[in-house]
Order: sequence, then C-alpha cells, then structure tokens
Amino acid sequence: MPIMAGALAVVAASSSLAADRDEGGDSKHGFQAKLEYCKTCHGLSGEGYRGYFSMPRLAGQQPKYIENQLRAFSERRRVNPVMFNVAHVLSPATLAALSAHFKALNPPPSGGGPKEHLALGKTIFEEGLPESNVPACSACHGPEAKGHEEIPRLAGQLYPYTLQALSYWGKERGQGGTRDDTSAIMVPTTHNLTQEQMSAIAAYLSYMK
Amino acid sequence: MRLVSLDVDIAAPRDMTRRHSTVATFTLAAVLFAGPLSAQEQLPIRNCTWCHGSSAQGFANAPRIAGQTRQYLEMSLQSFKNHARDNPYSKQYMWGATANLDAEMAHGFAAYFSELPAEPANDGDAALEDQGKAIYSEGLPDENVVSCIVCHGPKAQGYERIPRLGGMGYAYLKRRLEQWGEGYHAAAEPMPRIARNLTTNEINALASYLSFIK
Ligand code: HEC
Ligand code: HEC
Ligand code: HEC
Ligand code: HEC
Repeated sequence: MPIMAGALAVVAASSSLAADRDEGGDSKHGFQAKLEYCKTCHGLSGEGYRGYFSMPRLAGQQPKYIENQLRAFSERRRVNPVMFNVAHVLSPATLAALSAHFKALNPPPSGGGPKEHLALGKTIFEEGLPESNVPACSACHGPEAKGHEEIPRLAGQLYPYTLQALSYWGKERGQGGTRDDTSAIMVPTTHNLTQEQMSAIAAYLSYMK
Repeated sequence: MRLVSLDVDIAAPRDMTRRHSTVATFTLAAVLFAGPLSAQEQLPIRNCTWCHGSSAQGFANAPRIAGQTRQYLEMSLQSFKNHARDNPYSKQYMWGATANLDAEMAHGFAAYFSELPAEPANDGDAALEDQGKAIYSEGLPDENVVSCIVCHGPKAQGYERIPRLGGMGYAYLKRRLEQWGEGYHAAAEPMPRIARNLTTNEINALASYLSFIK
C-alpha cells in the first residue's frame, strides 16, 4: 500500500522543477534524501531547530530511543501529528540507518535556557529533590546525560523542547490505553516537579555538552 | 534618540504629518539631512508605500509587508542591501531602495510595517485550497516534502525570523517558491532545500491556500 501511494505520487510529479524526482528514483527516495528531509526540520547537524514549534536535537541521541519513539509516534502512543506523518512511511531498515547516523553527530549544545536557576538545575540532575520525591535524573540518564538504550540523551537538548516535554508528559505520551510503554517511567518524576524546577533543569541540560 | 523621533513621525498617518509637533518634525528632518539621503526621501514611509501600496498591502510586483514579523522584515532589508537576496525583482527594485539604508533605519521600517494590520489577498485558486492546506500541515512524507506548519505556524503567522505567509499574494508566493528551485536567494536556509522538492502543482496549491488565510 505505501509502495502504491509512492508510485502514484511519482507519476503525478511531472513538472520540470521536480523532474529529478522521477529520474533515478533511488537518489530522490533513497537514504540521503530521507536524511536531508529529517535535517530540514531537526537542523543540518541534528542540533535541533526553533521554529513556531521546537524540533528536538537528535545529534548523539541513543538509536534505540529514536527507534522506540518513532514506533510510538506511528502507533499514536506519542501524540504528534507532524511526526506521525513522518514516522508511518519509514521502513525499519531506513530508520536503523538514520538512527546510527544521528548517533555519530556531535554539534555543540544549543544553549539558550534562562541562566538564573542553573545551580538548581544541576542539583536536581545530580541529586534529585528527595523532599518532593524527585529522583536524580543522572541515575537513569547517566552522569553526563548521554542516555543508554531506551533512555534518551538529554545533554544539549533545546530548552523550550525539554520544558514542553516535561510539562505535557501525560498528555502527549503513553496514550491509547492498555499498551504499556517506556514513557510510564517518567510519569512520577514529571508529576512532582514544579514549573520553576522544570525550567531550571531544562535550562541546565541545554548547556550540557 | 534618533530612532525614537523617527518612530514618532512615521507612526503618524501621512495626512497628519504636517500637524505633527514641531519638535518631532524638526528632529526627523535633522536625522534625514544628516544622512546620505536625497531630498525626496524626507518622508521615508512614502518611499516604500509608493511601490508596496498606500497601506503596505502589496501592489503589482511588490508584496504585502504590513503585519510581517519585525525580525523577518529587518533581516530581509539587510539581505537586499548586502545582495544575498538576488531574485530578479529584488535586484531590480529593492537593491536600490535599500542602498542608503543604515541599520537604524532598517530597524525603524521593520518596526513600523510589522505593526500595520494585514489583509488577506484572497487571490489563489479556491479549487486547490484543500490540497494546499494538506501539504502545509502534513507535508508529503513519501516525497520528503516537510510540513510547513512546524516553522511558519498553525495560522501561517510566522515566528521571529520565519515570515508570516498567511494572506500574502498568490503570484508572489508562487514566484518565491519557484525561484528557490531555480537557484535564486540560495542563502535563505532552509527554504532552497524545501522548495526544490515541490512540483509546480504543489506550489500552486500551497500559494492558493496561503493567499486565503486571514
Ligand atoms: C516537518 C518537520 C519534521 C521532520 C521532517 C522530521 N521531524 Fe522529527 N520531530 C519534529 C517535531 C516538531 C518533533 C517534536 C514532537 C513533539 O514535540 O513531541 C519531532 C520529534 C522527533 C523525535 C523525538 C525526539 C525526542 O527527543 O523525543 C525523533 C526521534 C524524530 N523526530 C526523528 C525524526 C526523523 C528520524 C526524521 C526523518 C525521517 C524526522 N524526525 C523528520 C519535526 C520533524
Ligand atoms: C527511572 C529512570 C529515569 C529517571 C530517574 C529519570 N528519567 Fe527521564 N526518562 C526515562 C526514560 C525511560 C525515558 C524515555 C521515555 C519514553 O520512552 O517515552 C525518559 C525520557 C525523558 C525525557 C524526554 C526526552 C526527549 O528527548 O523527549 C526527558 C526530558 C527526561 N526524561 C527528563 C528527566 C529529568 C529532568 C529527570 C530528573 C528530574 C529524569 N528524566 C529522570 C527514565 C528516567
Ligand atoms: C521601486 C519599487 C519598490 C520600492 C520603492 C520598495 N520596494 Fe520593497 N519590494 C519591491 C518588490 C518588487 C519586491 C519583491 C522582490 C522579489 O520578488 O524578489 C519587494 C520586496 C520587499 C520586501 C521583502 C518582502 C518579503 O516578504 O520577503 C521587503 C521587506 C520590502 N520590499 C521592504 C521595502 C521597504 C521597507 C521599502 C522602503 C524603504 C521598500 N520595500 C521600497 C518593490 C519596491
Ligand atoms: C525548518 C523551518 C521551515 C520550514 C519547515 C518551512 N519554512 Fe519557509 N521559511 C523559513 C525561513 C527561516 C524563511 C526565511 C528565509 C530567509 O529569507 O532567509 C522562510 C521563508 C519562506 C517564504 C518566503 C516568504 C516571503 O515573504 O518572501 C515562503 C514563501 C516559504 N518560506 C514557504 C514555505 C512553505 C510552502 C513550506 C512548506 C512546504 C515552508 N516554507 C517550510 C523556514 C521554514
């Protein structure tokens, strides 16, 4: 079915502007074209991009996490109309190759978070807030916030993206009922953080290399 | 100080200018005579609205600039001045219009025009509106065409240096998207890579949809 749709679209694309689309179908539909497509939104070095919406940093991200999230987008367990459309046409092989590519990129962090509460952010990351049942983020995300397998890298992530992810966790992830998914692990943490604490940790992470 | 007095004067409707406080008018005149501007540029706004229409809603080849984001307007004026924007009409009209523009003036113009109310052109092909809307919000993932909504916003209102597109004229939008495919204005990251992937039909649909957005 996806193959049919693709073939129809190629036939329809008859203008001179997109002429190269029908020649050498492979170069236009192959790995490089797909990679460029991801980078148009996620930044040329995978560093993230701030448009009307925030496109998260993918550089250095754990491949297993990327693959896991794309499955969650296409099964609508993680709700995002833009990434649903992106994800549901990807083959597992293309996705694996894209993930490996992004893992190897290492642009500097975007920074940009407000600097007033970086010390609080550091404390939350390294020690948590025992009095409000917030665990140390480093316990799972690693001492340098590089992540591991299904646990994402957080270092260098865009400030507005992390802030939004933490603020709307239960509304965007783990949707669709019965199916258990990895997003449940973060629910207590996001519940127990205040908005100010979320901002502090998101800002701290935005500067981490 | 210079900028403040400029803002005061240009923010006044044109027919009010003569009744403006002597102090402000005097300061403005001093600013203009101090710069390398010719006499006809004493009313700087009129220099722009001459081509862009009396309320900056666009006229002939000159696009609407009313209600555009301030950052995009300011960046565009720089890109004409430094010739990074090399589209044929840019070269023909805007290189000259910005040749004597200093950074402060560019900032003042951008602030002024961004505050003006914008009206939709409504001049696209209504039969293509739905197709354009679908590409705008969902992209064409099989063809590696990105959705526009992530950067330009749900109402095509723009964000900082990313321009507002809603309600701009059909012919202008079409020309912009086509000329990136032809290699013009290559510095306008990320648009050249995006536009290159669009067919003529898709461009027509996008430009139509956008022209109707209020
Ligand atoms: C049209 C723009 C756009 C394109 C093209 C795009 N993305 Fe995304 N992507 C987004 C947005 C927006 C989000 C944030 C979604 C959210 O807020 O939940 C996102 C989120 C993601 C995430 C989740 C990251 C995280 O930290 O949780 C991954 C992984 C991802 N994209 C991978 C890809 C890959 C791989 C491609 C290319 C096949 C791609 N994206 C193409 C806009 C895009
Ligand atoms: C018990 C382990 C654990 C702890 C402790 C933990 N996390 Fe997570 N975190 C995860 C897992 C697993 C995911 C992936 C969830 C998914 O699959 O949706 C995640 C995802 C995230 C994400 C989403 C990243 C993205 O790119 O979208 C953010 C942000 C995050 N965690 C921040 C934090 C912060 C801040 C703390 C400390 C206050 C923290 N985490 C503590 C396990 C943990
Ligand atoms: C002689 C006619 C003319 C004059 C005078 C003129 N413009 Fe333009 N302007 C144009 C045309 C034509 C274009 C479209 C260029 C293109 O299509 O590449 C344009 C484009 C622009 C753009 C880009 C809009 C966009 O959406 O990218 C801006 C901003 C702009 N003009 C501002 C001004 C300002 C400010 C002034 C006064 C200082 C001015 N113009 C004077 C004809 C003119
Ligand atoms: C990743 C962000 C991003 C995405 C996605 C995006 N744009 Fe843009 N767009 C920009 C930026 C930034 C500019 C300003 C470029 C410059 O002049 O330097 C721009 C400029 C434009 C302009 C010029 C407007 C004017 O006033 O001259 C048009 C038209 C346009 N985009 C249409 C689209 C369409 C159609 C799509 C979807 C197919 C799209 N854009 C997707 C970021 C984006």
